[in-house]
Amino acid sequence: MKTVSPFLELEDAPRVEVSFDGRTLSLPTGANLAASMLAAGIDVFRNTPVSGAPRAPFCMMGACFECLVDIDGITRQACMVEVTEGMLITPPHSAEVRHEPS
Amino acid sequence: MSRRDLVIIGAGPAGMAAAAQAADLGLSVTVLDEQPHAGGQIYRDVDRIAPIRGGILGPDFTHGTTLTAAMRHDAIVHLTGAVVWAIEDQFRISYTRGGRGAQIEADRILLATGALERPMPLPGWTLPGVMTAGAGQILLKQSGILARNAVLVGSGPLLYLIAAQMVRAGTPPVAMVETQSRGDVMRAAPHMGGALRGWRYLAKGLKMLAEITRARVPRYTDATGIAIEGDGKAEAVRFTSKGRSHRIACDTVFLHHGVVPNTQAARSLEVSHRWDAAQHCFVPLADEWGQTDKDGLFIAGDGAGIGGAKAAECAGKLAALEVAHQAGRLPLAERDRFAAAPRAKLESELAARPFLDAAYPPCAEALLPDDKTLICRCEEVTAGDIRGYAKLGCIGPNQTKAFGRAGMGPCQGRYCGLSVTVLLADATGQTADETGYYRIRPPIKPVTLGELAAMDDNTLDAAE
Amino acid sequence: MDTDYIIVGGGIVGLSVAWGLLRRGLTVTVLDGDDGSFRASRGNFGLVWVQSKGMKQPRYAEWSQHSAAIWAAFADELGNNTGQTVPLEQKGGYDLHFSEETLEATVAQYEVLKGKLGGNYPYEVLGHNALRKEEPNIGPTVVGAILHHQDGHANPLKLLTALAADVRRLGGRVLTGKTVTEVTKPDAFRVTCADGTAVTSGKVVLSAGLGATQLGPSMGFKAPIRPQRGQVLITEKLPKLINRPSLIARQVDEGGIQIGATNEEVGLDDRVTQPGLSGLAAEAIAAYPALARAQLVRSWGALRVLSPDGLPIYQQSAEMPGAYLVTCHSGITLAAAHARVLPDWLEGTSAAPNLEVFSEDRFAVS
Repeated sequence: MKTVSPFLELEDAPRVEVSFDGRTLSLPTGANLAASMLAAGIDVFRNTPVSGAPRAPFCMMGACFECLVDIDGITRQACMVEVTEGMLITPPHSAEVRHEPS
Repeated sequence: MSRRDLVIIGAGPAGMAAAAQAADLGLSVTVLDEQPHAGGQIYRDVDRIAPIRGGILGPDFTHGTTLTAAMRHDAIVHLTGAVVWAIEDQFRISYTRGGRGAQIEADRILLATGALERPMPLPGWTLPGVMTAGAGQILLKQSGILARNAVLVGSGPLLYLIAAQMVRAGTPPVAMVETQSRGDVMRAAPHMGGALRGWRYLAKGLKMLAEITRARVPRYTDATGIAIEGDGKAEAVRFTSKGRSHRIACDTVFLHHGVVPNTQAARSLEVSHRWDAAQHCFVPLADEWGQTDKDGLFIAGDGAGIGGAKAAECAGKLAALEVAHQAGRLPLAERDRFAAAPRAKLESELAARPFLDAAYPPCAEALLPDDKTLICRCEEVTAGDIRGYAKLGCIGPNQTKAFGRAGMGPCQGRYCGLSVTVLLADATGQTADETGYYRIRPPIKPVTLGELAAMDDNTLDAAE
Repeated sequence: MDTDYIIVGGGIVGLSVAWGLLRRGLTVTVLDGDDGSFRASRGNFGLVWVQSKGMKQPRYAEWSQHSAAIWAAFADELGNNTGQTVPLEQKGGYDLHFSEETLEATVAQYEVLKGKLGGNYPYEVLGHNALRKEEPNIGPTVVGAILHHQDGHANPLKLLTALAADVRRLGGRVLTGKTVTEVTKPDAFRVTCADGTAVTSGKVVLSAGLGATQLGPSMGFKAPIRPQRGQVLITEKLPKLINRPSLIARQVDEGGIQIGATNEEVGLDDRVTQPGLSGLAAEAIAAYPALARAQLVRSWGALRVLSPDGLPIYQQSAEMPGAYLVTCHSGITLAAAHARVLPDWLEGTSAAPNLEVFSEDRFAVS
């Protein structure tokens, strides 16, 4: 599935598969995650915990925290992360909190 | 825990230049930077990108490779991906790298944390698809990603730079909605003396404007009543220019009305700041070497007041010279001799600033937004809320923070702090200095509780 | 005279008292500090708490119980008056234990107190498994908890905001950015501020937190209070993870997990420290292991306002009759009592509570 993105990619790089919110995305390995997700047509990264309003990357330099996503269970700024194969990405805290095994 | 002569936070032009200078003078230097590659925002990932997109980005970008080259020095440890979250007395620095907390000690610290985009709260600015112009440039620079249908909104040289780069890359912006007026340029005229000394910048500016005009990018000046519209994402920009209303459809909006010093780290160390009326922001107090009112704590580059990349490079060198002098590695006369060239260059770099500051003032309606506009993106607090808290007796931003949470979210006030100060000052009649700023405390970047707990002495003892 | 009462200090304690006086038709002027003042009102942990208080002085336990019992009605009234809800949850709170020994020792103390209170001390002991039914995210090293049914927690910042709004709505005059430098009583009280502002009144309430150490002695009070630093952490907003509050952690109504607090005797230093934050994080993770993955977004240090025995001080000045010292560590828990009961004591009505044990007489002259 290829979504039409409002962004155009000038570069081509080897791609790996990651998952975002259950969708499989093919992103350039080692690329900036937030940029690659935008280019892949992801226009909403999360909904705010205050009002539920949709948000997406704003500053791309680690300052605004709008691009927060959960990566393998920890909330991270997508604009500060590089793409690696098999990343499990979801909007923050969209999954139920897992109970720790005792 | 290792102890270094100098720890530099930030690997942009100021940090890189300071590191090389200090290392050359025999100091042990560690550079901590959040990004995976040296360069800062201006020279982001420059070693990889210069050969690929140097043509689009221009020689002002590729110049960064000279700084990254000088950073490869035996006496410099550059820790990439290091997120600093606390700096404490006698300079113990806590940071996270690769999911693990760590600490380093420093005799002296140079904060080279650069600039942030000035917050530009306009109706609709939180919609997906609205980004800072800096973000647009980072997308292009680092990732080679261009917005197909973008409107650029605001004022200032960076707006023209990104427009020109988009033109060169073959995807010009749909339109430029500029908030500065002819009156602003007229008011800036008395500063032209300084600008003539900084003529190189003005010539560059004119060249960029010519590129934008040649590409037939529509330019609307004197824009007011700006609002970004859309259902769940940006779909159009609405505004009035010269008495006529416009609505321009787009997918992406890049906002910009200047950059301001990123003072989070300096604030967390309780460095004194003052309001800079020309640049409409707080700047840390520092002497001609960048030393603050905290002994051994230096600031260089845009974090000390906006001057641009070349000025930052000079300021970084000057700070390193004074650090070396204080460390007993450089006699006074030598320090002053080495300082002459960078100081002269710094002055010439700063010459165009008064003209630029006057010609491209911040967008008035984003400084004092209407009541309904969100100013704190994280906690979704409006300008009207802040005015209401002023009526309830809040005379400073730490009180409005307690009353309405503005500044409490994950961005820790980076994109609402100046708005809150200006709104409160306007409501109470105090000056910005009297109004003050948020008390910034660690963590200056979020850290997981697990990373934090792993540094607990009792936990460490138990593990041993 | 400008006003019936001058309240020196516009934090939760001062505003609660001001609100109570205003509701009785008295006129009140509140003198409040500036943006950078030490303000326990915006740094506290937000508990409305009964257990463990007054172990040596049952009257304090009763006073806290009474305030907790009337807190909901107080919060409702503020909410109705201002249209701003003051979130409050009173479905019990825990004292979590990591060892059987400390749990048993605490229960033994609670039994003694319960006897002194005529049996009104509703608590139960939950073993690990019972606790786990209540708190599915509890950690394996928590052996059990004391669940006290009179405990709860509130949103202290929304309380502060609502009080600020309602005091004004009731006609209270609040002067901000004031530092009181002198209180005299030539005839009426005259309170002077650093900026030259002077206000006269029939009575004065000194509720200036740590500021009372400077002003108190000049007004005839001992005011033997000291700062004690508490560092507090708060995480990003999370889905429901903790049901009931404890002294270790609580989930606030906005979703963040608040973690507290250190007890440090460091004078007027309200900074946070890495060792302080790391220690609190480790303890919170021991209690709720899922917190290891949570992001810390803010931390702060605040200064507790402590008397030598930790109890409140309610004292009328012998030198300046009509001047009252009102100070306590638990301004949130006691807010309802200060708003609804303390005015009777200040006004000397027949309904005045007996606050003898909280007078300064209990502090020996040294």
